[in-house]
Amino acid sequence: MTRKSRRMYIIVVAFALLASATALVLTAFEDNLVYFYSPTDLKTKQVTVGRSLRLGGLVEEGTFVKLEDGLSIRFSITDGAESVPVSYKGILPDLFREGQGVITEGSLNEKGDFIAHEVLAKHDENYMPAEVIEALKATGEWRGDEEGQTTK
Amino acid sequence: MIAELGQFALIMALLAAISQSILPLIGAERLDSRLMAFGSHASLVQLLFVILAFGCLTQAYIVSDFTLLNVAENSHSTKPLLYKISGVWGNHEGSMLLWVLILAVFGAAVAAFGRNLPVTLKARVLAIQAMIGVGFLTFLIFTSNPFTRLLVPPENGQDLNPLLQDPGLAFHPPMLYVGYVGFSVAFSFAIAALIEGKVDAAWARWVRPWTLTAWIFLTGGIALGSWWAYYELGWGGWWFWDPVENVSFMPWLMGTALLHSAVVVEKRNSLKVWTILLAILTFSLSLIGTFIVRSGLLTSVHAFAVNPERGIFILILLAIAIGGSLTLFAIKAPALKSGGIFSPISREGGLLLNNLLLSTACATVFLGTLYPLFMEALGGGRVSIGPPFYNKTFIPVMVPLFFLVCIGAYLPWKRADLVGVLKRLKYAGLAALLALLIAWYISDGGPLLAILGLGMAAWMLLGTLSEWADRIKLFRVPLAKSWQRAKNLPGSSWGMTLAHGGLAIAIIGMISTTAWKVEDVAVLKPGETISVAGTDYRFDGVREITGPNYSAVEATFNVSQDGEYMTTLKPEKRLYTVKRMPTTEAAIYSTFIGDYYAVIGDQDGKGGWTVRIYREPLVTWIWFGCTLMVFGGLLSLADRRLRVGAPAEKRKKKKVREAEV
Repeated sequence: MTRKSRRMYIIVVAFALLASATALVLTAFEDNLVYFYSPTDLKTKQVTVGRSLRLGGLVEEGTFVKLEDGLSIRFSITDGAESVPVSYKGILPDLFREGQGVITEGSLNEKGDFIAHEVLAKHDENYMPAEVIEALKATGEWRGDEEGQTTK
Repeated sequence: MIAELGQFALIMALLAAISQSILPLIGAERLDSRLMAFGSHASLVQLLFVILAFGCLTQAYIVSDFTLLNVAENSHSTKPLLYKISGVWGNHEGSMLLWVLILAVFGAAVAAFGRNLPVTLKARVLAIQAMIGVGFLTFLIFTSNPFTRLLVPPENGQDLNPLLQDPGLAFHPPMLYVGYVGFSVAFSFAIAALIEGKVDAAWARWVRPWTLTAWIFLTGGIALGSWWAYYELGWGGWWFWDPVENVSFMPWLMGTALLHSAVVVEKRNSLKVWTILLAILTFSLSLIGTFIVRSGLLTSVHAFAVNPERGIFILILLAIAIGGSLTLFAIKAPALKSGGIFSPISREGGLLLNNLLLSTACATVFLGTLYPLFMEALGGGRVSIGPPFYNKTFIPVMVPLFFLVCIGAYLPWKRADLVGVLKRLKYAGLAALLALLIAWYISDGGPLLAILGLGMAAWMLLGTLSEWADRIKLFRVPLAKSWQRAKNLPGSSWGMTLAHGGLAIAIIGMISTTAWKVEDVAVLKPGETISVAGTDYRFDGVREITGPNYSAVEATFNVSQDGEYMTTLKPEKRLYTVKRMPTTEAAIYSTFIGDYYAVIGDQDGKGGWTVRIYREPLVTWIWFGCTLMVFGGLLSLADRRLRVGAPAEKRKKKKVREAEV
């Protein structure tokens, strides 16, 4: 095997790998990009029922309800302009409370309710998800400083 | 006064680094031995000053000196001593100082252990190492000074994020950093070789131990981080494909490729250009990792601050380091002479395929991690990419690699007979098939992909063992003789067997716990029992306890199987008093075949408590496998052959050999 044919072999294998990886990535992107929506986005944009997405905003004051089984939870997420009812079953993150910024992942059902299968745990109470800040700024509800630290 | 001393030490270290990055380079160009020797002295001076600075900051933390902004923001006088010390690097400024410290340690280590390096190469390596130091020290001094004083010091500090107050996390960042920064040595060697225009077997022999050291620590650091996530976050998960995890995983993938390609340079004087490129890319990914996390581009517990000034500084540093080195590579690499030729089916060919697969896998992780950032920068909206993406991209690329691991280990250099190799692997193949059937039987059907995955991991493990058994002629010669052969196996060979076997074991753990994890959530009143995967958990109520800087509710679970008592689990729900931040402390009972994992949640106001129980089959195998990999790396590092290569050493070796005889 000469140097030239070795180089050809390497290039062919590398390209084959690159091509298959690109194909994998492109098909995976198709289904697995999870877009972020604010409650306003959700009301104004067309969203397919059942498509996985992220919904973020503030947990609306006075909407948090625990159902009879002690595990199912309902609350609303608001960005000041619109509000979307969310239902979730499971343990909430330690830092979850009303008025707090939150991101949930799940999908819309036919009635326009958001069924969350995950409520994202944030690791720090001062921390406000950047997506939520942006959504709040869009509706003029943002009251923190520029850097995303609400208190301190 | 001590803080000012630290500040002064940092500036002195910067001055040392600046002179170290210029003078030895000039010396190497002019063949001036005094200028070249300056590099070694400067690297020691730099190290001493950085140690001094680090010591000053540590002292400020230990005595809780709240006149320092950094201490006031991240510490508290009631915090246990261990976390006062780990608090030093539990924040942006301190972690950058730790980075600089490790960089200086590596630089000084090259100066101290590299006595038999060619003088020009050594001078250049130290100069490049110092340039990285200059970049980081300027960053530290001008944008992230840990010694900033407060005009009005507070009475007490704001405490460290409670999630970071954990022994696992006290050591996770330093280990990860030794890994990241360790790759700087391979990088400096690569750049120095490009300047010299020479890469040979000796070069690879010098680079390999440094790369291996970095790899060992990075492996350990990642494993420790995932273990922490498993027991501390209370979700029973050990890997989330979180961007912050990914940025530590990418240099690991590239570093693993680099380790393997350096072998080809050393043994066969081939793949040189590729190895240089890998060294540059590995360290570039380490830099990107450090900076992405620290700049707050990706928001998580690891992102300490969002600060535009730092962000721009970081971008400039990245552009200089990565852009500069790749430009130098483009100019100089074509001049490197390529070495020995080989057939596609050969050990070189196998290692090359390993490299291509690892880099492709790394590229998929890179895309998944950074795509949301690009998308946002281009105004495409906020998106996130979760585990399903990686399951469909990363895993399909890695599966062929796992299949080929044990075949590759059998291939001889230059050209190989694939059919012959497969024949020698037939028992391993049959045993793996048997393992697959057993897995299928035990799991009673179960998810097909997971069972196939287990078969693949068994093939990998058994194939690796079979290669080892062949080497020591197990069962073909008397056992005593095999034992003799095993003792004489070089460390690097043991290292390979352990690392590959460890990886297989870790994969078995990953697949089992992902596929057969059982999870249940319920509201229980004291005295009630919940049954999860055949095990009964009796809830015996809660009591209040107080720790040094938190108060907590501790629940008691009596765990039993078929009426037979197994263990008592005591999960806690803590409230850290200073930050008013609640955390969850899971209680875990680990066994060889799986973990019993209990978490206590909220009270429902009617006497019941939310509890969450997980059964995680074989989960500890993940960390056991990682430990084996680390151990394999250490054995390989201890291999005497790695340290041989220069005339001075040969003489010493002769003496050793005589002594051994």
